Amino acid sequence: MSFIQELVVTILLVIGGIFVLVGSIGLMRLRDFYARLHAPTKATTVGLGSLLFASMFYQLFTQGKFSISELLITLFLVITAPVVAHMLAKVAMHYQVSTIKGTKNLHHVKTARDQQPPKKETRS
Amino acid sequence: MSMASRIFPMPLHSVMLLIVWLMLNNSFSLGHIILGSVVGIVIPIVCAPLRIPQPVIKRPLKLIPYTLMVIKDVLVANLEVALLVIGPMNRIKPGFVAVPLDLDEHLPITVLTSTVTMTPGTVSAELSEDKSYLYVHVLNMPDDENEIIDLIKGRYEARVKEIFGC
Repeated sequence: MSFIQELVVTILLVIGGIFVLVGSIGLMRLRDFYARLHAPTKATTVGLGSLLFASMFYQLFTQGKFSISELLITLFLVITAPVVAHMLAKVAMHYQVSTIKGTKNLHHVKTARDQQPPKKETRS
Repeated sequence: MSMASRIFPMPLHSVMLLIVWLMLNNSFSLGHIILGSVVGIVIPIVCAPLRIPQPVIKRPLKLIPYTLMVIKDVLVANLEVALLVIGPMNRIKPGFVAVPLDLDEHLPITVLTSTVTMTPGTVSAELSEDKSYLYVHVLNMPDDENEIIDLIKGRYEARVKEIFGC
């Protein structure tokens, strides 16, 4: 591999590493269940995506073979991650997982549990 | 039912299965093409009775700018969430929003909810039974919740509606 090729692969690996790390830090630092959902669903898609691209370029540069399976993994990841997040949030609502103080519009949880449209906001 | 539609009840799926099979194996040898064709023919025949009719994509070309826009938004969303996560925690004000939906078919709603989950600070949480409202959890809620609703409706839902032509 030439220097430029090594540089490309290294940069992709570092970017991927940083994003996956940030996702994990978010999972640890954020305060409640719902907020924790945000970090892994987003940070890992770009993180893992760029790791997989690094792997693809590495294969291309060292063996001269274009490996498509990484693209497929990225595609499956992009399809499944939102579904998993949606299901987790849904289950959390049904179990009435506690939220941190200051969460706005908590009255939505009640109607969402029954899968009903929201009631008109009543000012108290 | 004609002969062709009995062997290929879902022709698009057959082609897709063949392509995915070849991509998974990373090879285009004759053996894999034959094996992939068998997979592509047998699976649709088994699965055809389970199919739920979905609206067709009316304007497939619109999918390309939509996909590019979503990729760009995913990158932006990642940076935003990364900055929020590293910064002080008490700055984050989460909240729920109910977004009224104009779409009423399963496939377009699925596309929309997936997009909402992938993009800036929002995770879809629940859909009301009559498919008229989508509940969304927002990581960092602006003072005016209509900002989020307008973003989802204007930026994503309008485009999804165009793609499916409904």
